[in-house]
Amino acid sequence: MSTTDTARTAGAARTPTRPLVEIRRVRKSFGAHQVLRDISLEVPEGTVTVLLGPSGSGKSTLLRCINHLETIDGGRIIVDGELIGYRQAGHATHEMTPRQIARQRRGIGMVFQRFNLFPHMTALENITEAPVGIARIPSATAKARARDLLDRVGLADFAGHYPSQLSGGQQQRVAIARALAMSPKLMLFDEPTSALDPELVGDVLDVMRELADDGMTMIVVTHEIGFARGVADQVVFMDGGVVVESGTAAAVIDTPQRQRTRNFLESVR
Amino acid sequence: MTATRGADARASAAPPAFDATDDDVVAIPLRRPWRVVGGALVLVLVASFAASVLTNPNIDFQAIGAFVFDPRILDGVGLTLLITFIAMVVSTFLAVVVAGMRLSSNPVLVSVAWCYVWVFRGTPLLVQIVLWGYLGLLYESLTIGIPFTDIAFWQADTNALISAFTAGLLALTLNQAAYSSEIVRAGMLSVDEGQREAAASLGMSPLYTFRRVLLPQAMRVIIPPMGNETISMLKNTSLLSVIAVLELYTQATVISSQNLKQVELLIVASLWYLFLTSVLSIPQYYLERRYGRGSSRSLPPTPLQRLRRAIDARRPGPDPAPETKEVRVV
Repeated sequence: MSTTDTARTAGAARTPTRPLVEIRRVRKSFGAHQVLRDISLEVPEGTVTVLLGPSGSGKSTLLRCINHLETIDGGRIIVDGELIGYRQAGHATHEMTPRQIARQRRGIGMVFQRFNLFPHMTALENITEAPVGIARIPSATAKARARDLLDRVGLADFAGHYPSQLSGGQQQRVAIARALAMSPKLMLFDEPTSALDPELVGDVLDVMRELADDGMTMIVVTHEIGFARGVADQVVFMDGGVVVESGTAAAVIDTPQRQRTRNFLESVR
Repeated sequence: MTATRGADARASAAPPAFDATDDDVVAIPLRRPWRVVGGALVLVLVASFAASVLTNPNIDFQAIGAFVFDPRILDGVGLTLLITFIAMVVSTFLAVVVAGMRLSSNPVLVSVAWCYVWVFRGTPLLVQIVLWGYLGLLYESLTIGIPFTDIAFWQADTNALISAFTAGLLALTLNQAAYSSEIVRAGMLSVDEGQREAAASLGMSPLYTFRRVLLPQAMRVIIPPMGNETISMLKNTSLLSVIAVLELYTQATVISSQNLKQVELLIVASLWYLFLTSVLSIPQYYLERRYGRGSSRSLPPTPLQRLRRAIDARRPGPDPAPETKEVRVV
């Protein structure tokens, strides 16, 4: 834990890199309910951003907007210099076709709360499906790489297992390997440990920590304050669809400036 | 009846072989004499019915034997199978289209699909068959051209084009498509929304997602009822006798109208229907297993596995687990 801390702190102290993700004045409503009110956020390349906040604060919605699983009503999201989900034509922006959106999503990995592994495929097939079927990587290459990834998440012996034969923690680690198989430049984690039994949470967080140490750009929605403090370069506290407070993990978690942040942190502790 | 081992142990005043407790019981199953009585009664009834049939002088068993492989009956069997096959294949394609329309976000497609299912499921199949048989009365000629204009690319006389066979096929196919579309729709709805999202997040296009992720999972739900529908279809082909399609049942009635052995020929037809439906349920097992991958608990056993399991069930079970002597509280 402490070694990870120093590694991350050292990483954060590097010269600031360009933002990989730029979220500018994003608005989003479900019917009359405004979920995101004017959110702006930057995530520098190679850093970890943790989104904290009570349920219904809009953090999962924001995450899902970043790979266009949800459409936004206003503002813009730019990942690696590309406008997400829309095509700029003069002053107007046009929504992309499903095919163009699919192409954009290949560079953004996502891990879900409920794992969402494909139940009719083995762990290995789950990982190779998109590289072989979408990215047209030769099957043998994809399989070798999938085995490497399974090894990396500590599941080398489970390649032939179906999701129903794996524990929740194992399923989530396969899901992480599946997302990594497309070599994404950005990884989104939507409450990756919330559906897990407490004793399985550690394995998943370890994998995420290693990923962060390897320099992956990550945006993580979680309630694991310990993970946020140890790994996050930036912590963003959201409530009621707005960013209440953001800054380094130490600043937001240990010395929160706003009463709402303090109340929330006390309730999770 | 239930002597507790703990009491025995105390009576002999010797330390028990294991840590028996006072509430340890020797379980003796309840005797169920009425099962034997009920079983015997039913067996007697079945035997008397079988005897009454087998010794009935009015049934000509020779004739049944002679007509089972009669060329006309075999022709009928062939036609029944052909109609079942074509109607099921075409109706399944139509069903996927109708289900897709029902699930689309286009209100016009949704309403049209709804109306289609409403009409074809809400009227009797027999009425639909007769109606298609009378198509020639409704439209004298059939035309392919541009709607609401006189421009025609192709035109044909209805009665020449729509034979009894085609009319019957149309009726069965269109009716079946309505039922199957609901089965396909239920299958698609059974797949978790998270699957679509996971596929999307990996950069899969909607069509690829449907083909590789959603459909294989929907198939698990679709196949058992579709197996039922295939068996229903095979039997429903007999309704085509009302428009004189020479399938199995029509052939049997044609023969019996000549030799007046109605019951014998009905038995011949029934034997064939029974045989065909039995054969048809075999591929269903294997399809279910194919699409049941990854959900091992719901895999249906193959007929061979069923047989083996039935034999195993007659054998005594494995030795009981050894006594638990230690309980660890974690």
